[in-house]
Amino acid sequence: MNLTLLIQALIGGFLVGGVYSLIAIGLSLIFGVMKIINFAHGEIMMIAMYITYWLFVLLKIDPIISIIIVAPLIFLLGYCMQRFLVNRIIDAPELIQILLMLGVAIVLTNLALFIWGPDHRMAATRFSLSAIMLGGITIDVSRLIAFGIAIIVSIGVFLFLAKTETGKMIRAAADNRLGAQIVGIKVNRVYAISFGVGSACVGIAGALILPLIPLDPYLGPSYTLTSFIIVILGGMGSLLGAFIGGIIIGVAESLGAVLLVSSLKELVSFSILIVILLFRPQGLFGTRNE
Amino acid sequence: MLRVNDIQVFYGEMQILRGISLEVNQGEIVSLIGSNGAGKSTTILSISGLIHPRKGEIEFNGKKITDLSPFDIVEMGISHVPEGRQLFPSLTVLENLEMGALRGKAKRERHKTMEWIFQLFPILNERKRQFAGTLSGGEQQMVAIGRGLMSIPSLLLLDEPSLGLAPIFVSSMYDIIKKINTEGTTILLVEQNVFKSLSICNRGYVLENGAVTLKGIGEDLLQNKLIKKVYLGM
Ligand SMILES: Nc1ncnc2c1ncn2[C@@H]1O[C@H](COP(=O)(O)OP(=O)(O)OP(=O)(O)O)[C@@H](O)[C@H]1O
Ligand SMILES: [Mg+2]
Repeated sequence: MNLTLLIQALIGGFLVGGVYSLIAIGLSLIFGVMKIINFAHGEIMMIAMYITYWLFVLLKIDPIISIIIVAPLIFLLGYCMQRFLVNRIIDAPELIQILLMLGVAIVLTNLALFIWGPDHRMAATRFSLSAIMLGGITIDVSRLIAFGIAIIVSIGVFLFLAKTETGKMIRAAADNRLGAQIVGIKVNRVYAISFGVGSACVGIAGALILPLIPLDPYLGPSYTLTSFIIVILGGMGSLLGAFIGGIIIGVAESLGAVLLVSSLKELVSFSILIVILLFRPQGLFGTRNE
Repeated sequence: MLRVNDIQVFYGEMQILRGISLEVNQGEIVSLIGSNGAGKSTTILSISGLIHPRKGEIEFNGKKITDLSPFDIVEMGISHVPEGRQLFPSLTVLENLEMGALRGKAKRERHKTMEWIFQLFPILNERKRQFAGTLSGGEQQMVAIGRGLMSIPSLLLLDEPSLGLAPIFVSSMYDIIKKINTEGTTILLVEQNVFKSLSICNRGYVLENGAVTLKGIGEDLLQNKLIKKVYLGM
């Protein structure tokens, strides 16, 4: 085995892991606050990627810049989704919730198919082919930028929840819904904001990885699954867990692709999932009995 | 100040309150007593807007609040300290208190109100950076009352504030309720301890099976034969 290749995979996985973290933070936030698993998470990312793609192709806006347009749009999408759909099933049995979210995923996929067709698309941005050489190891500039922004946004989400008034209301409603209603928090509004912020996270992540992966309407489920694995690994509802878990899965997938066959990279995440479920079902940062 | 007029409350098809009427006047402490399941908490929940009566109405300072949301009712000056505290365990004591004062004057005067609350419950000042979930039961009860006071209510609804407190704390809890009242907050109090709560109240209501069966001045109720027999075991 070539050591340079291994280190390169390690770094590449670490960088992509940062973006995974952001995706998983979005899923974990939504789950932590509403106890709803957003099975349309990957599809929301796919929609964000299409918006980013067309902003790039038609208006020549670089994906990194287009975040300032994509983030509020996807926030709004998430906000409305919770207001008009999710809100109605918030007290429904889990099976109903899962069905609704899967339904949303299917609608979004088919919407994308209908509007943009099934073709693969690739955005060749300014940084697509640039790389930094460090003693035999190449680092993609796109990945580096994606990582940097993903980390900044993640820290932003942490600070938003920790310090702002709305952030505290979100945590309060997540902690005790009845208590939140009693003090006069508009719980429905807080839920919609949480869904919006969670969606914006995955939307931004979509803009960041657009230069790295081919885009098509079917890429949603595999990202929903990956982020779901990350959230279980980190502990359901724990944002720090989602963050660390994202990095771990990023690295594991990337190493798996080098050490095994690249088509087997998901084998690694699933193996981690099974090991976690067997030995620490509450996840790395989760608490038991929640 | 508060007028509850013949309210009927249902959970599904089950009728829980069968026409409850009561009044609370400015400056009073009014006690609501009754055995388990009589409908005391349900009455309080209806006043704070968490459940809505099917019939009857609730008026506060002359305005009908029967169908308003908890959000609006808090805004009008009613604050609810619920049974079982309902704190935010993963928020600090400070954050829990902040969440009690979300709008307008209450929000602007957060620091002032908090200082007053720390005078009532000095231990909370020491614990303010601790997560509420890590406090003892008694301390959590103090946070719950403090959070209720943060909205600077004119009417405070207390649902079993001494639940789960050690006996020595219970009497100091009553002193504090008395103190909150003399400093200007009207109180509607639900308590299991019939003797204590009738002793400190101006007036009291006895609830049985979703209806008011007795009402009167606290001292009179304490002398009432039926109450002596059923609730005080004398
Ligand atoms: N969510 C609910 N669904 C169905 N029935 C309920 C619900 N909440 C309360 N009840 C019923 O309503 C009745 C009155 O309950 P409530 O909580 O008002 O009693 P309480 O007087 O406060 O009693 P306690 O002293 O035990 O607190 C009880 O018989 C209870 O079983
Ligand atoms: Mg009760």
